[in-house]
Amino acid sequence: MGNERLAGWDDIIFGIVKAFQLIFSGNPEVLEITFLSIRVSGLATILGSFIGIPLGATIALKKFPGKSLIISIINTLMGLPPVVVGLALYLLLSSSGPMGFLHILYTPEAMILAQLIMVVPIITGVTLSAVSSIDVKVRETAISLGANGLWETRIILNEARLGIVTSMVVGFGTAISEVGAIMIVGGNLLGYTRALTTAIVLQTSQGAFAEAIALGIILLILAFIVNLFLTLLQIHSKRGVYVSSFFGGISGTFKRR
Amino acid sequence: MTLLKLEDVSKFFSNKTVLKKVTFDVKKGEIVSIIGPSGSGKTTLLRLIDLLDYPTSGRIIFDGVDTNGSESLRRSIRMKIGMVFQQPTLFDTNVYNNIAYGLRIRGVDEEEIKERVKNSLNLVGLSGFDKRKAYTLSGGEAQRVAIARVIVYRPELMLLDEPTANLDPYNVTIIEEIISKINRNFNTTIIMATHNMFQAKRLSKKVVFLLDGEVVETGNVDKIFEDPQDRRTKSFIKGEMIY
Repeated sequence: MGNERLAGWDDIIFGIVKAFQLIFSGNPEVLEITFLSIRVSGLATILGSFIGIPLGATIALKKFPGKSLIISIINTLMGLPPVVVGLALYLLLSSSGPMGFLHILYTPEAMILAQLIMVVPIITGVTLSAVSSIDVKVRETAISLGANGLWETRIILNEARLGIVTSMVVGFGTAISEVGAIMIVGGNLLGYTRALTTAIVLQTSQGAFAEAIALGIILLILAFIVNLFLTLLQIHSKRGVYVSSFFGGISGTFKRR
Repeated sequence: MTLLKLEDVSKFFSNKTVLKKVTFDVKKGEIVSIIGPSGSGKTTLLRLIDLLDYPTSGRIIFDGVDTNGSESLRRSIRMKIGMVFQQPTLFDTNVYNNIAYGLRIRGVDEEEIKERVKNSLNLVGLSGFDKRKAYTLSGGEAQRVAIARVIVYRPELMLLDEPTANLDPYNVTIIEEIISKINRNFNTTIIMATHNMFQAKRLSKKVVFLLDGEVVETGNVDKIFEDPQDRRTKSFIKGEMIY
């Protein structure tokens, strides 16, 4: 411990200056790490949306025994600790594990799978909440106008569209800021499985603060873009108040790990 | 010719009786007002007629068909009925899509939808409102869009639940004119729930007086207003019954 260099104000300021140099000079390593993060988290979010949105909407719209229990389980899974997911997935994917035949440990695919497990409950839960919050009068009006189940679902999903988009944004925010799980199953291999968050952990532990700050700034910029997108949606929707409740949640998600 | 027939229709919610053996019929093309104070069961009755809910007992017969059947039968009957709720819920989209919704459900092609939406907006005096977002409309405009959304698919029976409640006198006049026009132009049968006796008198020839879920008196509007047979009808008309 005694030999480790601690960051002082000089390091922080130097780090920030160098960070901008790295970003604006288009450092290939930084770019590669950034694109891998976007690709892995983007794919996890898209795949997660295909599962989470129909699942959340179905649970919200259907009446069935044990619904409250299912909702409680989803809410619990929304707070899944990433390292636990990483550990479980590592055990499953390791060569002696039950899913070892897939040979995807320490690959971006394993990282996508880890983030998918994190993201599905979040997208499901937020979608469920968005669809459930639609006034029952919307449903009755649709039925009264002659809607069958399909038309009724269509109008309800349309009403809940902002909440559904929000679920994807929250999912992406969770995925891109996640570190524990992808560190374990991805291995943080340079040029292959090194993402923004895992690189920040590594650079910090090596005392390479400039690089760590640069990557941190990129992560913040990505968070800002995602939030900006949501703000614009909020402005263009009457349900702004509703979205703002999730808005804080997203900021929280980015800060969480 | 009878379009709708209610036979001993009762509705209980838990232990509360909301409707008690309601019996009356409605002829094709007439406007019937269901009149009664707040809480008398008017909305529940309209919801049963719109087949949004089932009566606890009794029969609702629409155009000779008992509505107590499968959901597909009920939906096929519901397609011929249009209901405008007391507080209309417009979908979170523009006016055009709101009005087009019922037509799209019925598989009408988009060209025809355009024409019919335009005509319906014209009928309710909101020409050019098609691109307006529903949430930008005033209460009166929203109510007119809700009426246009129903009339656009030409229902045989239109149900109106307190169509002018909470509206200013100017909008009340407009809505009443629209209701008369719909009945006149398309011979649409209309059942309107109202607690406003004068509105009932202005718009309909027949009234059903509902009190505590029971039909107290039914018949010609002038006859009931001039010579009510039931003591409770009498006191309601005199304004002694204040709710």
